[in-house]
Amino acid sequence: MRPRTFFAFVGPSLVLMILFIAIPLVSVFLQSFWQTQTVFERVEIENCTPGFPAPNCTTQTVTRPLLDESGRTVTETIYVGLDAYRAVVQPEAVAAAFAAGEDFWSRLSNIDFWKALRFTLTFTLITLPLVVGLGLAIALAVNAALRSLRGPIIFVSLLPFIVTPVIGALSIRWLFIGDGILTNALEAMTGTQIFMFAQGWTIEILMLTYRVWHVAPFAFVVFYAGLQTVNQDTLESAVIDGASRFERLRYVVIPHLMPLIVFVSLIHLMDAYRVFEEVIGFSSQAHRISLQFLTYDFLMPDDSGNRSISRASASSMLTMIGIVILLVPLLMRTWRDYKPRG
Amino acid sequence: MMSAKTVQPSAPLRWTIGLFLATWCLIAAFPLFWIAVMSFKLPVDAFSANPLTVIFGPQTRAAGQGLSLLDLALGLATLAALYVVAAKKLGGWVERVAGETWLPLGWVVGGLLYGAVAAGVLVVLLPAVAGGLEAVVRPIPLVGLLAEPAIGLTLEHYANIWFEQEFYRNFINSLVVTAGVVTISLTVGTLAGYALARTRSSLAFWLLISALIFRALPHSVLVSGYLPPFINSAEILEPFLGDAAPTLYGQPWAVILVLVAINQPFTIWMLRSFFANIPAELDEAARVDGCTHFGAFRRVIMPVMWPGVITTGLFSFLLAYNDFLVTSLLLDAQNQTMVPAIASFFNRETTTTDQVRAVAAAVSITAPLFLLVIVFQRQIVSGLTAGAVKG
Repeated sequence: MRPRTFFAFVGPSLVLMILFIAIPLVSVFLQSFWQTQTVFERVEIENCTPGFPAPNCTTQTVTRPLLDESGRTVTETIYVGLDAYRAVVQPEAVAAAFAAGEDFWSRLSNIDFWKALRFTLTFTLITLPLVVGLGLAIALAVNAALRSLRGPIIFVSLLPFIVTPVIGALSIRWLFIGDGILTNALEAMTGTQIFMFAQGWTIEILMLTYRVWHVAPFAFVVFYAGLQTVNQDTLESAVIDGASRFERLRYVVIPHLMPLIVFVSLIHLMDAYRVFEEVIGFSSQAHRISLQFLTYDFLMPDDSGNRSISRASASSMLTMIGIVILLVPLLMRTWRDYKPRG
Repeated sequence: MMSAKTVQPSAPLRWTIGLFLATWCLIAAFPLFWIAVMSFKLPVDAFSANPLTVIFGPQTRAAGQGLSLLDLALGLATLAALYVVAAKKLGGWVERVAGETWLPLGWVVGGLLYGAVAAGVLVVLLPAVAGGLEAVVRPIPLVGLLAEPAIGLTLEHYANIWFEQEFYRNFINSLVVTAGVVTISLTVGTLAGYALARTRSSLAFWLLISALIFRALPHSVLVSGYLPPFINSAEILEPFLGDAAPTLYGQPWAVILVLVAINQPFTIWMLRSFFANIPAELDEAARVDGCTHFGAFRRVIMPVMWPGVITTGLFSFLLAYNDFLVTSLLLDAQNQTMVPAIASFFNRETTTTDQVRAVAAAVSITAPLFLLVIVFQRQIVSGLTAGAVKG
């Protein structure tokens, strides 16, 4: 295919990606070093009330936004260097926490960014083995189940995967909120009063549970497809050699599925690192926030209608550094797969 | 071939597997099933601590709204019939009527028609038939009990959110955004995916690598890039467009373009792997016969590409339909789609009535997705595995 034709085909897609992904990325990078703010002016206002012999006059200095001729507020953009990053990471507070010694962790987790980072990383790393394990277990079980049952089971399994993430999280929240039936069942079992949404760690457990429920079907479908291509001859020889069921799984099936396990893990790492909808669905912002939610929160207008764009950009850039670190193995793999043919 | 006996699980193992699968299916379906049940009950029943109360809804029934066993049987039969039609028959009909070339359009029209017919049957035909039957049966002793209300059920929360709170506006916005994203994303992505599958240049390699990086970006990163220019776009574009310069913030079509771009990396990767499976000899033969690249694409590739395109389209649909972050930040209240709009329902939650309304809104959002899985289960599964096998 000649370069001209190639560009004609790829052109529209390329333009969209440059316009709406590449350029915004560059502008986020720049925004994190610059800050746009309203220009304020200080004016002296003299207020006079009638009096005798002279009117009673007080002079006040008032700070108010500068307006241009058409009555709009004037804004200026100034270079602030790493100020926005400092505002997000708060190195002084970290140093203070470090100096405080033993309650370092609890002090650190009072700072939004570190709180979000802690949650995002635990969330990603804890759900990963659970998703892979549960997905594999379902795939193996379905593979051993009656053929006629497989279709309906796949149908039911797809539901958690396909449901809107916010709604999925809400549906689980409604089972537990207040005197929800599951909270009630738990209380009946343990004999204690349980308030699932009163403290951070219970919400965190719910969030982890939701994510595993949501992603396990994806892992299951991928592994199930992989199980269909296991080499039957190898399995048969393993049986003849007297390998037990567990040994066959350990030495034949798992090695065969290994590339798929790596694939599912990488996709899951990428997606779990972007955790966001859980915070909305479970309304956990008072207790648990994620890195993406931190940016979202900066972007939402505050009470006076301002969006802290430069802080949002700084926290975006920090989030991206994490993604790049996660991506390195995936990129290496793609490199290996594609390059020899390319 | 190995005899099936040797790998046949032993009886205890079979039972364990069966039990495990049953548990999984219960866990997978239960939360969704439960909110569906809750949404049809008065708040007293819906938030009762006793599960039986939630299911049978005594207060709702006492309020005079309920289903008899007869209704229930009729309703279940209708639902089963609709499921069978959607899962088994619809695909065949669409393929026969639309033919190869118009398949996607056929699916869209078929899907909408089916949705309309199903809604008509459930909302108009079923109550009429059930009402008639009940009237006939009720005077008969003993059998008449079948016509007495057994399970409480009310549609008032749905009526409230869809009409009084104008949720239908959000539904239309969702429809517009989703349809726009799917159409544009597939048109643009098919061309790019085809070219990427048919070239070995290093440029294509770098394009795919950067697409992979883009795929991993958190969407909030991109949105922080969009927000300032979108809000100020009228001023920025004024020198070029004059007074016609639009403010992009709050415009559905701007959000459509953003979602298309966000979705593009995934789309081109997926379509590329589908096109790589179509033998290159096919379009080479057409080129030998004198077609241009575009001609070969249109005459030879288009008729055979639909399975891949439909699968990719489903995932674009899901992305656009399920999105919360982009739409909640870039659309204002009057153009809001369904998913961010529901946040205003559940954040209000001052009374239990509000909560049940939020539940009803949530079920309304889930229902179309449910239909989607019924009709397209095979394509979704093949799409999930295609990505894995091809990397």
